[in-house]
Amino acid sequence: MTNTLHRYGPPESFRDDFIVFIRNSKGRNDVGSIPKLKEFLRTALRHRPVTISQYRFGSTVRPAEHLNPRIHWTRPVQDLTAEQIIEAITKDHTVAAIFDTQEAMEAFLREVKAADWGLSVNVAGLTAPVHACAKRAGIVRHSVEYSLGFQGALDRLPERPVLELSTMCGHSMLSPNLARKMLEWVREGRRTPEQAAATLGRFCSCGIFNPARAVRLLEAAQGGNR
Amino acid sequence: MHIDPRKCVACGNCLAVCPVSAIYIDPVIRRATVNLDECVECYACHNRMSKEDLNPTLVRTIRGLFKLLRIRFDPEPDVCPTSAFAPQKLAWPRSIRQAFSDPCVPHESTGVYGRGTEEVKTNDVTNRVGPGEVGFTVEFGRPAVGARFREVQAVTMALARIGAAFEKNNPVTALMPDPTTGAINPEVLDEKVLSAIVEVKTPEALLPAVLRTVEEVSATLNTVVSVGVAVRCDGDGENRVEKALAGEGYPVFRGKTNLGLGRLTNPEAQAKTIGAAAPAGR
Amino acid sequence: MQIDHGKCVACSNCIPVCPMGAIYIDPAVNRATVNLDECVECFTCYRGMSKEHLNPSLVRTIRGVLKYLRIRFDPEPDVCPTDALTPQELSWPRIVRRAFSDPLVPHESTGIHGRGTEEVKTNDVTGRVNEGEAGFTIEFGRPGVGVRFRDIQKMTMALAPLPIAFEKKNPVFSLMSDPATGTIREDILNEKVLSAIVELKTTLEHVPQVLQVVEEVAPDLETIVSIGVATRCDGQGNNALEPMLKREGHEFYRGKTNLGLGRRPAAASA
Repeated sequence: MTNTLHRYGPPESFRDDFIVFIRNSKGRNDVGSIPKLKEFLRTALRHRPVTISQYRFGSTVRPAEHLNPRIHWTRPVQDLTAEQIIEAITKDHTVAAIFDTQEAMEAFLREVKAADWGLSVNVAGLTAPVHACAKRAGIVRHSVEYSLGFQGALDRLPERPVLELSTMCGHSMLSPNLARKMLEWVREGRRTPEQAAATLGRFCSCGIFNPARAVRLLEAAQGGNR
Repeated sequence: MHIDPRKCVACGNCLAVCPVSAIYIDPVIRRATVNLDECVECYACHNRMSKEDLNPTLVRTIRGLFKLLRIRFDPEPDVCPTSAFAPQKLAWPRSIRQAFSDPCVPHESTGVYGRGTEEVKTNDVTNRVGPGEVGFTVEFGRPAVGARFREVQAVTMALARIGAAFEKNNPVTALMPDPTTGAINPEVLDEKVLSAIVEVKTPEALLPAVLRTVEEVSATLNTVVSVGVAVRCDGDGENRVEKALAGEGYPVFRGKTNLGLGRLTNPEAQAKTIGAAAPAGR
Repeated sequence: MQIDHGKCVACSNCIPVCPMGAIYIDPAVNRATVNLDECVECFTCYRGMSKEHLNPSLVRTIRGVLKYLRIRFDPEPDVCPTDALTPQELSWPRIVRRAFSDPLVPHESTGIHGRGTEEVKTNDVTGRVNEGEAGFTIEFGRPGVGVRFRDIQKMTMALAPLPIAFEKKNPVFSLMSDPATGTIREDILNEKVLSAIVELKTTLEHVPQVLQVVEEVAPDLETIVSIGVATRCDGQGNNALEPMLKREGHEFYRGKTNLGLGRRPAAASA
């Protein structure tokens, strides 16, 4: 699943987008890994992440199976607390914490190194700052997978602001049409950037949609920029 | 995916939600309808929309009255008011659409293995990509365009011709009767999926050849292709490939960094291969 | 363009109408507002939308009550209910925006000449582009992106050293402070327009060179570039440009054909 590898945007578009995730490898270090995953997220919470998530479960925003129609008047921008996400971990799926500053990420990586869980930890984001932060935290990176961007029938892709939002679900569960609709609703004052980001986030089944970056991108529409 | 026309009230909310724009309001029956040829069975509509259980007749009556007054209910955009999605039991070969498109489906249940492997994410533990090697993930269809296996095959056959070896534990490879040719099971060639990831591993020297091959074939396809290149770093965390990529016209700046903190901890795994998976250069 | 906040009811109809996406509802005042830095003064909103003259307070009250019930009026999408779009008096250098963006503005009134010349459309009468010559139209900003003159200057400065001649009867040319180097007047470099067309002429042999420079510079620009190449056909209606472009790897299948039915008045009377 290359769900965090190919996000669309120029380099400056990723200044506030660092996804730190931890996972096991079946048959090698999966025994007893669930408490480590929970500890990873609890440690992350001390460094004020944008959000935390578990793959296939999602993040603090989630769809509901039986909604009360009252919701059209009272929709919250957060459906679950961070603690509820951690409590919900019953399977050893990958978990992630998203940071919007290099400083917070670096401080977190220091603690991750000290904790020595023995599970694989990866950071998806701008490779140069990640390399630098890891070094300062005393970590030598092991491997890198570079995104070479998109090629082929590029004229089938939508416009840049839409792609910047919709590719934050790397599984493509977040439709460009919905991203465009939310950009327009923000431009029209029908939703705040925070509300629109919550709506979009509900479509990311892994919870690695970065609501802070989304709010920033949506705020641009609010100012009459394309 | 099907939408139950007895429940649908044509509110239009699901239209924007579909990643491949396959849902439309059929003007004859006035119900949201799925174009099954374009639908990739990703279940984004069914799995990610919230659902209400309102009475369809009541909702339609209210909507009809509102329409006369040129007003519309202005709901939350991610809600299906009548829970109208009706997933169908998928038979082969259509079942592979869901296997490749829905990230939440257990792959085993579809008879096709995983949407991708662990790639570089656990390379510190598995050592899949070693020093002097390059691991490619060539992904088709994302973002939000979708790909038919006929198009995937155009690339895999070209890659096979230059001698690239396909990762065995990969769902696209599993669809190849003979992975040395890159040809894919003809039964699935017309199936459309949201994403298919081809994985190959080559010696570093083959990097330019693989990049050129993917570029040349991609330019002839009606879908989008994204390439990831994974490498093992040396003891200082450096690698030669980053510079080589810039030289090949790919000034890379974003990616996934494996911090190298993983190791074997399962008792039986440690017993079997003591030291074998210890990172090189430490 | 400005929107009269005394009249606007924030219905949002004008927002998708703007080719630049420069109109938004300012959440602080809850009125449609134009981002004047991004607005290219094309007047599309003002000219293209139909106008009603409803009472703003009444419309706002109805909208407010409906909103409380989560209901919206579902109007025709191209209507401003309160005639709130208000053009402002434009002065230099902002007036350049309108001259290049509004196809209906009389150029003379702005002090700048035309949005483009007659190109190949009247070549049968003007003889601008002869056999063995190629006329380029290099357009910036369309579709729907817009361009600042700073970006256009990057291209004109890269093109100027080539064996080419910029068309003199062209609005971008008239804004060059030094056509020999392709330099554009300093005071308009930050102005954004919907479209600007640079025209130049060269001999057929230099066509690949011009195309190469355009291709090299274009990716560095924050806009879209579209290129047209024109030539004169021979007595059989053939030309040397088409096979040359194909040899150079340019695919094309669409264009503008001058049928050659126009005459100069002098020839007509002779």
